[in-house]
Amino acid sequence: MNELALGAFRDRTNQAPPARPSGEAGSLFQRDRSVQPPAYAPGYKTSVLRSPRNALLSLESSLSELTGPVFGHNEIGPLDNDLIRNYAKTGDPIGERIIVHGRVLDESGRAVPGALVEFWQANAGGRYRHKKDTYLAPIDPNFGGCGRTLTLEDGSYAFRTVKPGPYPWRNYVNSWRPAHIHLSIFGTSFGQRLITQMYFEGDPLIRICPIVNTIPDQDAIDRLIAPLDLNASAPLDTLAYRFDIVLRGQRSTLFENRKEGN
Amino acid sequence: MSIATAAQTIGPYWHLLDDPALADLTRFGATGERIELVGTVRDGDGELVTDGCIELWQPSPAADDVFPGFGRCATDAHGRFRFITLKPGPVPGRGNTLQAPHLAINILARGILTRLYTRAYFEGEPLNAADPLLGLIEDPARRATLIARPVGLATWQMDIRLQGNDETVFIEV
Ligand SMILES: [Fe+2]
Repeated sequence: MNELALGAFRDRTNQAPPARPSGEAGSLFQRDRSVQPPAYAPGYKTSVLRSPRNALLSLESSLSELTGPVFGHNEIGPLDNDLIRNYAKTGDPIGERIIVHGRVLDESGRAVPGALVEFWQANAGGRYRHKKDTYLAPIDPNFGGCGRTLTLEDGSYAFRTVKPGPYPWRNYVNSWRPAHIHLSIFGTSFGQRLITQMYFEGDPLIRICPIVNTIPDQDAIDRLIAPLDLNASAPLDTLAYRFDIVLRGQRSTLFENRKEGN
Repeated sequence: MSIATAAQTIGPYWHLLDDPALADLTRFGATGERIELVGTVRDGDGELVTDGCIELWQPSPAADDVFPGFGRCATDAHGRFRFITLKPGPVPGRGNTLQAPHLAINILARGILTRLYTRAYFEGEPLNAADPLLGLIEDPARRATLIARPVGLATWQMDIRLQGNDETVFIEV
């Protein structure tokens, strides 16, 4: 759909995930459901018919959950983390120029290097470059609205974009999404996979958003709200917002030889 | 200790990052037993889910320069997904167990707040009988939701039902 996407994931020279014999496969930390949205959240209407009714099957994580794809730098184009330039045709896109940056960590506070972070968003008027988005705000000819990057050794990542606008959606009569950027993160294992959304400090629409409010814990909501980071901004040029991401923790070797179900 | 970031839905516009090439894990020339995994995704009313994102990961055969081990596919206007990949072999389980050949599957879509995780096993595989995960599911009808059936020479079908009588078994991960 986005011509940017077509260049992705080409010419792989990635290594195989490290071979991990069963006894050393480790395990993922128990997921804390109290800080995660439930599957069924009636305030968000689409969840009603798309939420399983049966309890999830508990499983000691195994190779399939403890390994995951490895992405290489040669899969990332030079403008993939610059949404101001990666679709520009006749000039820069309209909107507030911003930098979004932060670190990807795990629950032990360890940096997650080499994590693929993908992001996509509406333009400054709140319109996505997507055939199903019919909002009356115009498409920006110079804005594609998606990109990707890999975290560095210290887990840090950064990208440049314009601040997305809020947009209306069909949930209740007058439902509006707060300004947000969608993020997809691959850690070191498939079990760490995370899809989330980042919001912006000070947006009055956050408090009344049915999707935000599926999260049952106010602190967990607050952690999705990126604060302004004046220190990281480029004077006379671009403001910055900070968004740190925490993936599930993963132990190694602690449960060697532990039997299934014990 | 840090607390894991809350998940949010992938929403209806995730296709901005869709690359249809990712559904073919053999696109870099990997050789082996080439198979197709196809299926449809339906909601609690039996309606097709036409804006879903299905992701596949397999630790076997091991990923290398020509085999990424990872795939991603959008569901189409008929709720269908289709992957081309290599048939996995058995992989070690915890302790001294052996897991039957399977594919790990994520289901993401508008209305799904935290990704749903499941697996696709293969009908007729002798190791299924001793698989540690399948062994946890007592009801044969529920167990069958994780088992792809052959519908062609090298094509396997596993339909996904998000909710309802034939609801797929989803796994805590
Ligand atoms: Fe959105």
